[in-house]
Amino acid sequence: MDKQVGTWAVKVGLAQMLKGGVIMDVTNAEQAKIAEDAGACAVMALERVPADIRKQGGVARMSDPTKIIEIMEAVSIPVMAKARIGHFVEAQVLEALGVDYVDESEVLTPADEENHIDKNQFNIPFVCGCRNLGEALRRINEGAAMIRTKGEAGTGDVVEAVRHARAVLGEIRHLQNMRPDEWYRAAKDLGAPYELVKEVAETGKLPVVNFAAGGIATPADAALMMQIGVDGVFVGSGIFKSSDPAVRAKAIVMATTHYNDPKIIADVSRGLGEPMLGIAARSIGEAEQLAVRGW
Amino acid sequence: MKIGVLALQGAFREHVQMLRSLNVDAVEVRLPEQLRDLDGLIIPGGESTTIGKIATQYGLLEPIREMVAQGKPVWGTCAGMIVLAKDVGMRQPLIGVMDVKVKRNAFGRQVDSFETDLDIPEIMNGDKSPFHAIFIRAPLLESVGDNVQVLAKLEDGTIVAARQANLLATSFHPELTHDARFHKYFLEMVR
Repeated sequence: MDKQVGTWAVKVGLAQMLKGGVIMDVTNAEQAKIAEDAGACAVMALERVPADIRKQGGVARMSDPTKIIEIMEAVSIPVMAKARIGHFVEAQVLEALGVDYVDESEVLTPADEENHIDKNQFNIPFVCGCRNLGEALRRINEGAAMIRTKGEAGTGDVVEAVRHARAVLGEIRHLQNMRPDEWYRAAKDLGAPYELVKEVAETGKLPVVNFAAGGIATPADAALMMQIGVDGVFVGSGIFKSSDPAVRAKAIVMATTHYNDPKIIADVSRGLGEPMLGIAARSIGEAEQLAVRGW
Repeated sequence: MKIGVLALQGAFREHVQMLRSLNVDAVEVRLPEQLRDLDGLIIPGGESTTIGKIATQYGLLEPIREMVAQGKPVWGTCAGMIVLAKDVGMRQPLIGVMDVKVKRNAFGRQVDSFETDLDIPEIMNGDKSPFHAIFIRAPLLESVGDNVQVLAKLEDGTIVAARQANLLATSFHPELTHDARFHKYFLEMVR
């Protein structure tokens, strides 16, 4: 039989291989090596980490391909890169570059405030952010093969990641308790396709892998998200905005594997230096919130 | 019979579910003491550098080598195959017990990941339908030692599954399918 590429099984399958792992934001080859040496299961190649995007402002776009290629050449682990919400040409460029996953990300300035990318049209898999189950299922319906909570990127404050993960997982539990004749109304309330609502109600989980992102800064933050029930974590600014990135990166990897073992989490949390200073998510005005981008 | 699945990172849950569907006692392994009373071990797909680094940090490499030396069956899928190999062409922590040379990311990047059907007579066991194999940023077996039995090849001759005594290696992911024939074959090795 011929080889079939770009199928749903291979798109979802790569995300399944990332489970239990930490995906780290990196801005150059040197940081990518540090992340790989620390045990990252993938890296996210970008020009500025979210904390800098937040501070410097301006329009945040897809990274320069030179940067992305430099990072792809530096490491053997998968490389992801971000496209703006709705910017399907940035996604086409990233596919042409051969990155392993595209993150259609609210961290960049949206290119379309009405439509997300039609991800079913691509051979390359996509990960998308969400704040609740309805948003997750809308992205999956468009072809996202992996979901992450949005959290509030670039803050170092885990509160929004917790809120979004609890929302998604809580709404799944709620669906599981419904009678089948209530799924139609649930689909209307969630703003999600009935078929996906039915699948989630029957299986008790999303049809794709679900990571946490947006504000994770410590080993305990990572373990918290894992215990709440996500499949793995993205750490953005939390690593390379801390005082000792290599040590912190490794500690977060170990805490993600041993998330149910408080003694190990205590052990890896010692002597990490200063975490990123951060900014309380609650203190951010609505205009500066990243999570509200997309629908 | 008790089978461990190395649960440091990757698709370990799918192996555990497949084993439990076959009524096997399956446990997740994260620390060396959890290896002690196992009859066999599966090393899942994931990122081989990540799995190797965490295994090194928590002292798992040597106890797994001892398990292999005792003759207990160990099966590596994809990343698991990489960490079992003696030679992977780059420096990274390995268990390094299987007499094979592995090429990592051999088919290219994710856009080149693929599905295909394979004929694998050794595992068919009366069921003649082909085995549907999912390859994700997959490694291949560049060469194998004289004591290694080739189980499956792609049409172009690329080796993608092999066995050496109590060691089993596949560059694809039987745990991502609903076809339990490879898991049953491994359980026969354990019996």
